[in-house]
Amino acid sequence: MENIVIIGNGIAGVSAARHIRKLSDKRIIIISAETDYFFSRTALMYVYMGHMKFDHIQPYENWFWEKNRIELVRGYVTHVQPKEKQLLIDGSRAIQYDKLIIATGSKPNKFGWPGQDLHGVQGLYSKQDLDLLEVNAPDRETCKRAVIVGGGLIGIELAEMLRSRDIPVTFLVRENSFWNGVLPKGESQLINEHIEEHHIDLRLATNLKEIVADENGKVKSVIISETGEELPCDMVGLTAGVTPNIDFLKDSGIELGRGVKVNRFLETNVDDIYAIGDCAEQHEAIGNRRPIEAVWYTGRMMGETVAQTICGNKLEYKPGHWFNSAKFLDIEYQTYGWVFSERNKKDHEEHFHWRHATEKLCVTVAFDKDSHRFLGINTFGIRMRHEIFDRWLTEERDIDYVIEHLRDANFDPEFYKNYEHEIVSKFNTDFGKSIKPKKKSIKRIFNLKPQHN
Amino acid sequence: MNLKNMSTCDRSMALTGQPPKEISRNQKIATLIGLSGLAIILLAAFNVSFPNKALWLSISMAAITTGTIWFSWEAYSKKLPGIKNDGVWFKSISSQGFWGWIAGIALTTFYIVLYFYPEYLGLVKDGENKGVIALFDPLSRLLSGNPASQWFVYGTLYTVAILAFGIKFMWKYRHNRYERIRTMSVMFFQTAFAFIIPELMARLNGDKILNGGSLPYYDLKNVWPLNYYNFEGYRIKSFLSSGDIGFALLIFGILSVFVITPILTYKYGKRWYCSWVCGCGGLAETAGDSFRHLSDKTVKAWNIERWVVHSVVVFVTLMTTAVIYSYLGTDTSKYWLTKSTFLIGVAVLLTVVFTLVMVFKRKELQKDAQYGAIGYFVIIMALIGMHFFSGDGNVFLFKSETLRKSYSFLIGSIFSGVIGTGFYPILGNRVWCRFGCPMAAMMGFQQRLFSKFRITTNGGQCISCGNCSTYCEMGIDVRAYAQKGENIVRSSCVGCGICSAVCPRGVLKLENGPLQGRIDSNQVLLGNDVDLMTLVNKK
Repeated sequence: MENIVIIGNGIAGVSAARHIRKLSDKRIIIISAETDYFFSRTALMYVYMGHMKFDHIQPYENWFWEKNRIELVRGYVTHVQPKEKQLLIDGSRAIQYDKLIIATGSKPNKFGWPGQDLHGVQGLYSKQDLDLLEVNAPDRETCKRAVIVGGGLIGIELAEMLRSRDIPVTFLVRENSFWNGVLPKGESQLINEHIEEHHIDLRLATNLKEIVADENGKVKSVIISETGEELPCDMVGLTAGVTPNIDFLKDSGIELGRGVKVNRFLETNVDDIYAIGDCAEQHEAIGNRRPIEAVWYTGRMMGETVAQTICGNKLEYKPGHWFNSAKFLDIEYQTYGWVFSERNKKDHEEHFHWRHATEKLCVTVAFDKDSHRFLGINTFGIRMRHEIFDRWLTEERDIDYVIEHLRDANFDPEFYKNYEHEIVSKFNTDFGKSIKPKKKSIKRIFNLKPQHN
Repeated sequence: MNLKNMSTCDRSMALTGQPPKEISRNQKIATLIGLSGLAIILLAAFNVSFPNKALWLSISMAAITTGTIWFSWEAYSKKLPGIKNDGVWFKSISSQGFWGWIAGIALTTFYIVLYFYPEYLGLVKDGENKGVIALFDPLSRLLSGNPASQWFVYGTLYTVAILAFGIKFMWKYRHNRYERIRTMSVMFFQTAFAFIIPELMARLNGDKILNGGSLPYYDLKNVWPLNYYNFEGYRIKSFLSSGDIGFALLIFGILSVFVITPILTYKYGKRWYCSWVCGCGGLAETAGDSFRHLSDKTVKAWNIERWVVHSVVVFVTLMTTAVIYSYLGTDTSKYWLTKSTFLIGVAVLLTVVFTLVMVFKRKELQKDAQYGAIGYFVIIMALIGMHFFSGDGNVFLFKSETLRKSYSFLIGSIFSGVIGTGFYPILGNRVWCRFGCPMAAMMGFQQRLFSKFRITTNGGQCISCGNCSTYCEMGIDVRAYAQKGENIVRSSCVGCGICSAVCPRGVLKLENGPLQGRIDSNQVLLGNDVDLMTLVNKK
């Protein structure tokens, strides 16, 4: 019986294990240094906020693993030895493999800031980071102010977490508007305003110079590059992105870039070793995607794909249309297809932007200036139906069709107010069109075909 | 970061501090006001005689309402609209902590007194009420013209709770129109249908409009088998002796079981009742909202639920059949519906339902559900058959009165009241609805097999965070479906909409859609290329 060893029990590794089990009887071993059981990393914040207990963010009950004959090993893999086809746990215990899947995820970036390793300075990625946060910032008496460095998705989540315990937060963002390397400016502006509504001290275009220690080697304050201002604080969150967590592979002979280099079959340069999820790096980016995709969904997809390959059905990693989502404090964000920020936009990409006069709602639709083809949509505060946009992208619909049928794509709960009329009329004004919004059609939404039986 | 070193501290090291869970000063004052309202009732229970009962009752009710509303205003008004679950698992009242247990014990005690020792509340048969019940006399006389009973006291407190906590709930979910409208609906049905209309109807008793008859107490939105007593002999007699109105109400009672409920459940799922109309649901959604996350989500709990709740359905069917049987005659010339035609009718109806399900929907039932259905069907038919052919005085091995009394005691009182509501802070707010309510089970059966309702999963957007499962009051592991890209079609879902509300990624939507493709949703949209998805979907 073939021995499949997976390093990492995150969404990528666990998806691979589940699908290998669905397809085969192979022996499956998952090794993790982080936790005994798989948990949803994206939900760590809710544990700190008191919405859930840690148990709740484990998607499977503990009996699941034994029942499905997935063996779980707790330990830190220190060496991979491809020649012997084995790996060492904690430097000694050896485990043999026939096929090895590396799914070790990421670790928070540190850019060599002075003081970045002091007590009270931390990232937010692992279960250990969550535990550490309970030490560094359990309440506002212990943590009188927190400073967060890095304006991305983890940064804003950490800010939300700390605010849930009434801890004052200063949020240092390098860009001159929140996440504007990804979001077009109207959306980025909306989030700036929302961050401030939550009484978060947002400092745009502001960089960290250094972190200052007190006499015990614990953080005392941070100093800002631009102004030299010193901000007293008890905790510093470093949330300036993540890097593949692959240091243990340095001398293994596996080809590494920023991540573990893989081809479209998720194979590394060494036979029978694969890499998936956050730690995998494509030799060449796929479409508009980045070579390293540190996203929940892509981890899951890669896990499913590699399972097919390992079970004898060699399959390329071919992610479908891009989608993603996030929540910025109270505002939900969804994206389907590609909408680039002003910074990364190509010449042919044009945007239509609508924002509600008072509520925190907005929509940006990207389309091709010349062919009028629909390229993608970002929505804030309005839920959209994944299936519909996936279909429209596949069918290469034009922007007019999308605007006209927008009602079909709405996924807000029943009785919610609809804004399609407003959106369409703004589109008509902006582009000199006279599109009339179509009514919602159950037939179109569910793609109903006449039944033949 | 060195995971190797960090992995040794896989536990909360919160020795230095605790998350904040205190309430604000204003909330403390609000709590005090609310408790003072309860204190008046408690004093009355110890026979402190209040001079002006109408005034003191009003003060008490106003204090409870004001306290609750002010408390929630303080909690939500200063925050932006959005999900308000911060600290839920840190607070002792909402995490099965000390105050949770105190609240549970207090509520349970109240229910035991209410159901079994109403004399301690001051109930005096054939005389002036005392204590708490006397305190409520003025309001009862105002509405129905009669002195209060323990049930009037209970009904009033119940309504006040739904109204005050309903307002709290609407503030908490003020960004969510589905939740607001739904809550207004339960507040309306409780106040009008459960509380005021039956009291006013009692005023008609003896009037010539009822031909001098008197109607039984009838909360019109209470449908059999939730009001298991609706077709008992004394009620039928009252209906039939109360002229056209009484007859119309009896017909309405029958139609609501066999016509109205199935149609609405087909169109909207059982939520039209459980989370929009029902009083038990109304209390669970409002006063019980702070406990919704305490429901057990394990597969084990689900298995227990299926067996227990369906056994209650069998019990109530047998009991009602026996009770109706007991007062029917045998002479066809007097009345067309006799003991034997009735039994044959019941047998035929059950056979038709059973056969239709087994022929058309068998594939959608799990193996144990099929065995369960067959087992129960055989037992019921055997009992009916045995009786039909032996014709002795006992129906179904037991006297119908014994069946009725045990159902009323075990299910009507202990299950729905003492456990169902008393244990809110320990077992969650829908224990009765989930494990005990035969009405919910019957509608659930239809919802699972023959209804347009489903919770649609939005393609591949699920991040398995678990908010939906945690906050599902019915203990459904919503995430288990959502993370596979499957729709959620579960018989127990009451359609409260909270899973959809708490989802941070906009993954869930309650909706009524075509039957085609409702259950067998495939995992097309997890994001991968179509080739892979066809492989993954291969079962």
